[in-house]
Amino acid sequence: MTIGIPKALLYYKYGTLWETFFRALGCDVAYSALTTRQTLEDGARFSIDEACIPSKLYMGHVYSLLGVCDRILVPRVESFGPREEVCVKFNALYDIVRNTFPAVPLLCYNLHAQKGAGERKGFVGMARNLGKSPIRALAAYNEGKEAQRQADAARTREQERLLEEPDTLKILLVTHPYNIHDPLLGGPIVRAVRASGGTPVFADALDKAACAEKAPGLSEHLYWTYSKELVGAVGLCAGQADGILLITAFPCGPDSLVNELLLRKLKGVPVAHILLDELSGEAGLVTRIESFLDIIKEKKRHTA
Amino acid sequence: MEIISFPHLGPYHVPIARLLRRIFPHMEVRKAPPITKRTLELGSRHSPDFVCAPFKYNLGNFIEALEGGATILMQAGGGCRYGYYGEIQEQILKDLGYSFQFVQFLGKEATLASLHRACRELGTPLTGSRLLGELALTLRMLWVMDTMEAYVRENIGFETTPHSFETAYGAFLNALEDVDSFSALASVYKTYRKKIGGLGVRKPVDCLRVGIVGELYSLMEPFSSFFIEKTLAKNNIMVSRHINLTYLLVLKQLEGKRLLRQAGEYLHFPIGADGTDSVAKSKKMAELGYDGVIHLKPFGCTPEVNAMPMLQNIAKDYKMPILYFSFDSLTSETGIKTRLEAFHDMLLMRRETRREAPGSGADMSHTA
Repeated sequence: MTIGIPKALLYYKYGTLWETFFRALGCDVAYSALTTRQTLEDGARFSIDEACIPSKLYMGHVYSLLGVCDRILVPRVESFGPREEVCVKFNALYDIVRNTFPAVPLLCYNLHAQKGAGERKGFVGMARNLGKSPIRALAAYNEGKEAQRQADAARTREQERLLEEPDTLKILLVTHPYNIHDPLLGGPIVRAVRASGGTPVFADALDKAACAEKAPGLSEHLYWTYSKELVGAVGLCAGQADGILLITAFPCGPDSLVNELLLRKLKGVPVAHILLDELSGEAGLVTRIESFLDIIKEKKRHTA
Repeated sequence: MEIISFPHLGPYHVPIARLLRRIFPHMEVRKAPPITKRTLELGSRHSPDFVCAPFKYNLGNFIEALEGGATILMQAGGGCRYGYYGEIQEQILKDLGYSFQFVQFLGKEATLASLHRACRELGTPLTGSRLLGELALTLRMLWVMDTMEAYVRENIGFETTPHSFETAYGAFLNALEDVDSFSALASVYKTYRKKIGGLGVRKPVDCLRVGIVGELYSLMEPFSSFFIEKTLAKNNIMVSRHINLTYLLVLKQLEGKRLLRQAGEYLHFPIGADGTDSVAKSKKMAELGYDGVIHLKPFGCTPEVNAMPMLQNIAKDYKMPILYFSFDSLTSETGIKTRLEAFHDMLLMRRETRREAPGSGADMSHTA
């Protein structure tokens, strides 16, 4: 039994959990190849024009998995609790894939904490769907959770170390993990920051609990969990960062409002906003990041 | 004296203003100035570029209300991005230099107690139970309005005297402004049910029937859709729309899981805000043999974009054309009118084809 995992969207948050879980159940795991221009083109063909770029990439990744695995994993996520919602795209992803690629066998779990559909229950349900016992499922789930926790903790430690390093130009990259860690969307940005002498620090990799605590201070009514994590990260280390890059993938719903708020509220630290769309070439991006870092370097030189 | 104002939502400013006057008799309640191109321009200029259009309309309303002297602004919230509008709008208006009080009623957090507390902070003389009574009366008024409006919508395309429906409905809304009790409301309803129900209508049994689904603001604020329902009526089409405030505030909550079941195999889960409704009601209307469905949304509206793959499948499976619109601050009215004309022509042609060769199943369900 081979489970196909699209390397897009929530893969960048729960990939370790998923792979560990399925392998512990005795399944093979097949990944789609890392994003290329072709992935975006394919995905756009199977998406509504106005859909956000990350979701178009996702459809491209699903398309590339057709026929190479037994089931494609497409989770359905709605909420983690009261006032802990996610972008509605995640509510619909499973049904969108189902309607776009009918007769393709999918595997799904539903995460809607407020309706009693917790994560553990969802994973046990998936295992049952694959013919595995609940006991084995629970053990596999716990193993997966621990592996994910360790992977996340290692990433957090790395960001914290980078923030402490003296004499570096720390640029906080504030955007969803499926943007910044995607080779097509975020790759050019990370490379450009490094090429200009900056050290990228990933807001999405900081400690989630600490971020959740800081978020209400910046935004009182924010209810999107993934955005709260980013806003909290900003609150946590805006003081240590030399510059902040807000990155929005067109036309991300939550970001259209959250990044506007951050732009208006962040004072005392250089902030730039980058909008990623399907048509932008790398050159414009690189130029903007170069000049952003130049300005920061100048500022640092003056205050020194 | 404090001047309290709120954004537009079609004809609903009537019950909203009436309710606010009852809750805050010591304030002047003013609906925002009517929406014009300037409202949209103002709102767009100060909004994030690709936020959904209702945000821009709301912001334009707020700015024009403040220009007119409003001191308190009211906003609601719920659904998709709508719950987060208020915080950003308040920040933008403060950054523009306006001073005002901003009051938000967020659907997710509202209880009668919290509502009453918020009203008391603003100085309402009403007790909790009086407030509940006013809210109940308002909900009943919304039901009366929506029932009347549905009748108008389905028959205005066939009125024998031009503008008779529009005039009568306008008078009905005026009469609602002075209602202060359930009996007064019942009396107004009875009077206008007779008046509007008695207006001359010549509606063929086999008239064209079109359903309208989509995002709530695009459906309920006619300016944002370039008065699309009016255009359809002028073309002698019977228009059905399920989404109105009574549905959103009451009926949808009561429907619960039944809504998802209505969507059949097209949906296993809800897809956000009113996207699920778009799918469920389109399927229902396809089964009822409607000639077509029109889907309205602001550009980028994620729940409605989510619904589109399902709608495309419904159109294909039931051979019922669905026309999709996206509205934002730059939408061209001519473009809308042209596409509507073409859609209308297509619906008529399909009727002809079916009449000439019943069962030929001419598949013209693919629309842009």
